[in-house]
Amino acid sequence: MILSNDLALAVPELILAISALGLLVVGAFAPRQTGALALAAMGALGLAAWAAAVGPIGRGFSGGMISDQASAFAKVAIYIASAVAIPLGQRWFERKAIRNFEFPILILLAALGMGMMASAGDLISLYIGVELHSLALYVLAAMHREDAKASEAGLKYFVLGALSSGLLLYGSSLIYGFAGSTHFDDIAVAVQAGAGTGVLFGLVFLICGLAFKVSAAPFHMWTPDVYEGAPTPVVAFFAGAPKLAAMVLLARVLSEGFAGAADQWRQVLVLIALLSIFVGAFVGLAQTNLKRLWAYSSIANIGYAVLGLAAGNAEGMQAMLVFMVLYMVDVTGFFACLTALSREGRPMETIDDMAGLFKERPAIALAMSVFSLSALGLPPFSGFWAKFYVFKAAINVGDPMIQIAAVLGLVGSVVAAFYYLRLIKVMWFDPAPSGTDAIPGEAKAVAIGAALFSFPVVLGALVFLDPLAKAAAAAFGLAS
Amino acid sequence: MTGILSLITYSPLIGVAAILLLRAFRPHDDESTIRAVKWITLVTTLATLALSVLLVAQYDPANPGFQFVEDHAWFAGLHYRMGVDGISILFVLLTAFLLPICIAASWNSIEKRVPAYMVCFLVLETLVIGVFCALDLVLFYLFFEFGLVPMFLIIGIWGGKRRVYAAYKFFLYTLLGSVLMLAAILLMIGVSGTSSIPELMNYKFDPHLQTWLWLAFFASFAVKMPMWPVHTWLPDAHVEAPTAGSVILAGILLKMGGYGFLRFSLPMFPQASDYFAPLVFALSVIAIVYTSLVAFRQTDIKKLIAYSSVAHMGFVTMGIFAGNALGVQGAIFQMLSHGVISGALFLCVGVVYDRMHTREIAFYGGLVNRMPWYAATFMLFTMGNVGLPGTSGFVGEITTMVGVYEVSTWTAVVAATGVIFSAVYALSLYRRVVFGEITNPALADITDLDWREVAIFAPLIAMTLYLGVYPAAVFDLTQASVDNLAAVYRAAIGG
Repeated sequence: MILSNDLALAVPELILAISALGLLVVGAFAPRQTGALALAAMGALGLAAWAAAVGPIGRGFSGGMISDQASAFAKVAIYIASAVAIPLGQRWFERKAIRNFEFPILILLAALGMGMMASAGDLISLYIGVELHSLALYVLAAMHREDAKASEAGLKYFVLGALSSGLLLYGSSLIYGFAGSTHFDDIAVAVQAGAGTGVLFGLVFLICGLAFKVSAAPFHMWTPDVYEGAPTPVVAFFAGAPKLAAMVLLARVLSEGFAGAADQWRQVLVLIALLSIFVGAFVGLAQTNLKRLWAYSSIANIGYAVLGLAAGNAEGMQAMLVFMVLYMVDVTGFFACLTALSREGRPMETIDDMAGLFKERPAIALAMSVFSLSALGLPPFSGFWAKFYVFKAAINVGDPMIQIAAVLGLVGSVVAAFYYLRLIKVMWFDPAPSGTDAIPGEAKAVAIGAALFSFPVVLGALVFLDPLAKAAAAAFGLAS
Repeated sequence: MTGILSLITYSPLIGVAAILLLRAFRPHDDESTIRAVKWITLVTTLATLALSVLLVAQYDPANPGFQFVEDHAWFAGLHYRMGVDGISILFVLLTAFLLPICIAASWNSIEKRVPAYMVCFLVLETLVIGVFCALDLVLFYLFFEFGLVPMFLIIGIWGGKRRVYAAYKFFLYTLLGSVLMLAAILLMIGVSGTSSIPELMNYKFDPHLQTWLWLAFFASFAVKMPMWPVHTWLPDAHVEAPTAGSVILAGILLKMGGYGFLRFSLPMFPQASDYFAPLVFALSVIAIVYTSLVAFRQTDIKKLIAYSSVAHMGFVTMGIFAGNALGVQGAIFQMLSHGVISGALFLCVGVVYDRMHTREIAFYGGLVNRMPWYAATFMLFTMGNVGLPGTSGFVGEITTMVGVYEVSTWTAVVAATGVIFSAVYALSLYRRVVFGEITNPALADITDLDWREVAIFAPLIAMTLYLGVYPAAVFDLTQASVDNLAAVYRAAIGG
């Protein structure tokens, strides 16, 4: 009966894995039924989200898999984001006359990998989760085959991703070598007994590998190129959910495996956070392409989430979770706007393309303004609340290093304000050139929905999100 | 009467909804639609004014505490908490009073994107009233910070030639100040475990911590106020903003800084306020003397008035940090009076700007020959600006100076010279613009005030004179709360 208990924990993963394989077979025989495949994949994700929300709590597969409030919280968010990404991308590829039935299946596999990352209980399942979702993402980035830029983006993503996986593996092997186990629990015991140089060395490599996945500076170099080259709806997907998964994984490793070495990893995280915030803010100033700009914005935003982790307590974990979920909605919405916009068949991707957009497309321009102000951290938009949680945790941690970092982070957000304002300025103040193409319905729906979530829905949603994230953060087992 | 504060705060949004609804059916900018939009806005702001008058009528001046309190639990320990006391209630009224005037002043001078303009003003009204009513730190910050956006758009879309530069400068300057305040707010919530403003007023922060918190709040409010030397955004913003934008900026937005000092710095960080009071006094008298001299050198009418605003705000900060009832009373009065007078002065500039499209002082001269009514109106507000007895400007300045005299004689003495300087620049402006013969042929056909402009100025004139001869109308309302504030402050610093 042990196995059935284990399997009960993995119901969401099983649903996704079986659906992905099943749909692959169906697709092989009926490759034209892309609409039905997409719908089925969305259904599978919805089902998996429900299973994750109501599923049992516990540890299975001899500790390799953890199912708790934190993993459930992350999985529900990840699966919903993945489900939203399917119509957005599917319709885009159809408009480009690319009828790949694999798109929803790859999203399913990525979601499966991300769910495993959120549930990882040892270094092996950590690595499997990371690789599974990364491989799916590499393919997605290069899926627009005729486009040289997309192929370049996919290749670049793959090569650098492989490098980071190497770092992850090297760190894992060091930790295994010095701590004697791949299980987070056993590692925690070893670290508690005294973290030697070897284990810490491994930990640093592990953090570096995951920092690459969340595109935190100084491991951010791939982000602008990949964002620019990859198909916009695919960016909408991988700018959000995978980062949440990687952040949860990072939180899990640090809190469950290395709680005893908190003083050491907090220093690393503070450095990463500040570097990300300032690289994102200052380098973003020089960007003219909106996808690159938003890549730098995401680097800065990840810096804030990492700052929440660096607080190293339950509030910090809660802050990181709330931050990532709210950020995910914003970034998905923003890229949905970019997906929607084109002028005479050419996608509108530079800041200058947006001139006078408010006059021409008031709804989309308003939505983009909301996302910009939200990313800027202006109340009452969701980005403010995200930063509210992070800075509340960081400022009250009672450690001057983190407090100073928090104040510097706030100042960094003022620098970044300049480029968000520039986008708003261009859309609202400048005269409009010629007409834009019709706005596709699904992208508009996602954009407007996300904008409405950013404000005003978030003011009510946080009433529910706050206790959920609190329970999830408590599951990491850090002191408050 | 609970709920009336939320009603007043959000009533402008009803107008926004009406405008959006109208636009959904009539998306084109034809004349009847635009006129309907203007009327919707005007009626909404007048209704808000009526509600605010009702609020003041229902207010119990003998009770120093918060009244009309609303309190609903929100999330993460935050509350939706609203309430007014003697310090905030008149700012609500001032906001509601100035908004219809702004709308009327923009009636013909705004020609492009009228619906968006009106929506910006209505949203701004909601946010400003929200700032004065909020009794929760985070709620306060919400209203305070988001107010930047409509003002950014007002300056950036409907402003003058260098509007984009001015809009950025305004936004980034104030944002930098307020993120530091956000850090302080989060620290206060963490330390005290509450975000309720009334509770925090009774919370005794550690004096060392107070210093940091005070500085963070100071960074935000000093920029907003604005105090020398962080005032440089104000002249740019004023010069580029449309007339109504300047009125709002000078009349209301600057008052959020003074209100913040009264609501947060003084009652929550009394030791730090006492410690830093000499610094504030020094900055205030520098502002009074230095910016008065700078104002004298200006060639642009609006810039001159903008610098005079900085000088007048010097009296406010000085009075607040005197920390006695007289100083605080004077500061509140000065803010209200300046809200009316400087707003009126910007409208006076707007009158000639609408006709001639220039604000160069040298362009004008001899307007009295063609515009006698305008000359008389401008004269009254110039005198109010100078602080002539009988106008509201006099009461505010004399009260703050008496209040400060009790605490720091030298500050009061130096500040008093500012009254003379203000006469120098204001009268010389008036002389150069209004008196003399018309030498510029472009001015030959300039017309006097029309009925709309008379209707705009009438309430402002009435208010300036009424408060000038019967200041008790204000003092009676603020007395109890201010006495309480000053007593608590004095007790806390042991004086």
